[in-house]
Amino acid sequence: MTGTAPNSTAPKTVGAAKLAVRVSAITTLNALVTRFEFQRIDGADFPTFSGGAHTVVEMMDGEKKRLNPYSLMSDPAELSTYAISVRRDDQGRGGSLFMHQKIKVGDEMALSYPVNLFVLDLRARKHLFVAGGIGITPFLAQIKQLEAIGGNWELHYSCRSPDLGSYVDELTEYYPHATSVYYDDKKQLIDLDNLLDGQPFGTHLYVCGPKGMIDWVRKTATATGWPQAHVHHEEFFAPQPGRPFAVRLKKSELTVEVGAQESLLEAIERLGVDAPYLCRGGACGQCETDVLDSDGTFLHRDHWLEDDEKESGEKIMPCVSRFEGKILVLNR
Amino acid sequence: MTLQFNTETFRDDYSFHNSQRAIDRFPFPFHEDSYMYAVNMERHQGGPADSVYEKRFDVDEHYVAEMADRAKVLGDDPLRCQSLPHMTLAGWDLLELIMVSKSEEYPDLFELHRKGREWYWINKPLGIEDHFTFMDDTTLPYGPMEYITRQTQGDFCVLDQREDNLWMDAGMVTTQADWSLDFDIGMNFFEWHAPVPLAHEKGIFKRALKFLLNIQQGAPARRLNWTMTVNPLLDTSPENYHKWGIQKTTLTSENIGAKQHLRVELQTFFRLPRSNALVFPIRCYLMSFQDIVSKPKWGRRLNRVVRDLPEELASYKGFIDNRPLMLDYLSQFDDGLPTSFGVWPDEDITPTLQR
Ligand code: HEM
Ligand code: FES
Repeated sequence: MTGTAPNSTAPKTVGAAKLAVRVSAITTLNALVTRFEFQRIDGADFPTFSGGAHTVVEMMDGEKKRLNPYSLMSDPAELSTYAISVRRDDQGRGGSLFMHQKIKVGDEMALSYPVNLFVLDLRARKHLFVAGGIGITPFLAQIKQLEAIGGNWELHYSCRSPDLGSYVDELTEYYPHATSVYYDDKKQLIDLDNLLDGQPFGTHLYVCGPKGMIDWVRKTATATGWPQAHVHHEEFFAPQPGRPFAVRLKKSELTVEVGAQESLLEAIERLGVDAPYLCRGGACGQCETDVLDSDGTFLHRDHWLEDDEKESGEKIMPCVSRFEGKILVLNR
Repeated sequence: MTLQFNTETFRDDYSFHNSQRAIDRFPFPFHEDSYMYAVNMERHQGGPADSVYEKRFDVDEHYVAEMADRAKVLGDDPLRCQSLPHMTLAGWDLLELIMVSKSEEYPDLFELHRKGREWYWINKPLGIEDHFTFMDDTTLPYGPMEYITRQTQGDFCVLDQREDNLWMDAGMVTTQADWSLDFDIGMNFFEWHAPVPLAHEKGIFKRALKFLLNIQQGAPARRLNWTMTVNPLLDTSPENYHKWGIQKTTLTSENIGAKQHLRVELQTFFRLPRSNALVFPIRCYLMSFQDIVSKPKWGRRLNRVVRDLPEELASYKGFIDNRPLMLDYLSQFDDGLPTSFGVWPDEDITPTLQR
């Protein structure tokens, strides 16, 4: 569908241009989280973005190219610098470890243009934010955006412990009346029922954090009668490692073995086949691919496909989903 | 190249005309000898030099006259421009996008000087110079969307994105093919497309919406749409149907070449950065049948497309009654020779017949 219309008058380039950047600062926030700041190599300003947007960071790990999405947490009005905060994930596939262990100030990297899948609803009279752990990052940019226009917001932020409370100090210092912090190790819990019950008409609720928290907040909101359109969540599934499997790409006439530590999308890209993506986290739908033939079990991990589409075995989201079995043929 | 702006009208005496350059760069919409709705989107990142696809916002010889026509339409009917309260931020996004694009791509016509939030905009063709404060509505004579779209050819729909849908929550619509912003305001993608025949059943709108929801900043897209208009009228709105609908009955075999126009819309899609809204500029290009048939390939092809177009489409596009008259005229220019694939008028490279 992109750039391949038969009447195409377009030049044959695919995707938005990447932003060539240099790492301008690295700040360790605590045992798990580190902030990385970037500036453009050409000295220009970054594109404007809206709070909630993410960028896909391209890491060259030896021969291997890693692409991981991170929320932009810097001030959307401050375009000389982009900043992300990366939580180290020792069980993951290595992207966050690579950032923590290998990246140094001055390194050159590439970022995608910002993409926002977690937008503020600008009709809201009030924005109610519920964050868990590293899920705080998109809210940091949204708070700055709302502060600039005098927006009405309130944050409820749950962390494991004071030691791991990224940005707690800054938030409670600047916005003491709008910020409430809860620590797991002190058995402090967000009193969600009361919180959701007492909101003024026209409030929108936003949640970002671990899957369990997102499910809990969404369920409670539904139970207390919140309209679905007023409840927003940001949920990236990082691709999970799994057993290697082989896949045939029909259009490209290529076969590739997807390694245990790489995603299907990464394996396709490794062959130089151009495959669309935006979020790389099963959320945006851009990478949806038709399955032409299969014999085995799909491990669908996205939240884009409908249940019946997942069962049909005719679609797969290669950014997060895997396959176990004998034959998998994709229309790519 | 310096542009010469036409002195012309799109009403009353219809002195609108296309120069040879405008004819050569007309966005002829048919890449083959038949037409059906499709998800015909591609990236909007340039195109051949001097084509209408080259710049983000094409400025051509009709610019000044089109803006004068828009001002008249708005004078008669201010509801052609509407913006719901939550769309003001998107208006600023749009103003920035257009000012930056035009000043970069047409430095001899437009200048933008920025010092922080203090901006200075110069529009030479329209003789406008304004100092204003970016994001401060009180420093412009109109809201930001209205201000900039009074200076930019084409209609504009500004769509809020929420609930996995697009909502027509703002727009400047004065050159439309028989639809109304005042009627569609606040509607979503499926609601405002409800009158379109066949495309829903083909699943076109479902797929098109998915594509649009994912349009990224820095990666705009475009598509073409087309219809037919008798006389070079920009404002073919339902509000004024009583004025222009009747003109369709004035077509004769003598005047059809000059009076009947193919109306092509170059539709583009840009993600806006602060509001995450999507802007949908709809740029209208008009060309008379007699100018179209000056390109033999286009003449042959237009005859075949009009002849074979399904009734539902000819009727939706409002020319089913005039179709026989059109075919009488166009068939004179169709010698039955094969045409080459693609939209360009390269008549001299007609392929030899396959053996
Ligand atoms: C968000 C951007 C878009 C807006 C604001 C928009 C708006 C409209 C409107 C107002 C109409 C007239 C409907 C009527 O009769 O009242 C229309 C027609 C139509 N639209 Fe869209 N549209 C958009 C995107 C698209 C896309 C991406 C497609 C891709 C397939 C599409 C396909 C069509 C078709 C096929 C028609 C019928 C046109 C004709 O035959 O003349 N639209 N659109
Ligand atoms: S890239 Fe977004 S769902 Fe796969």
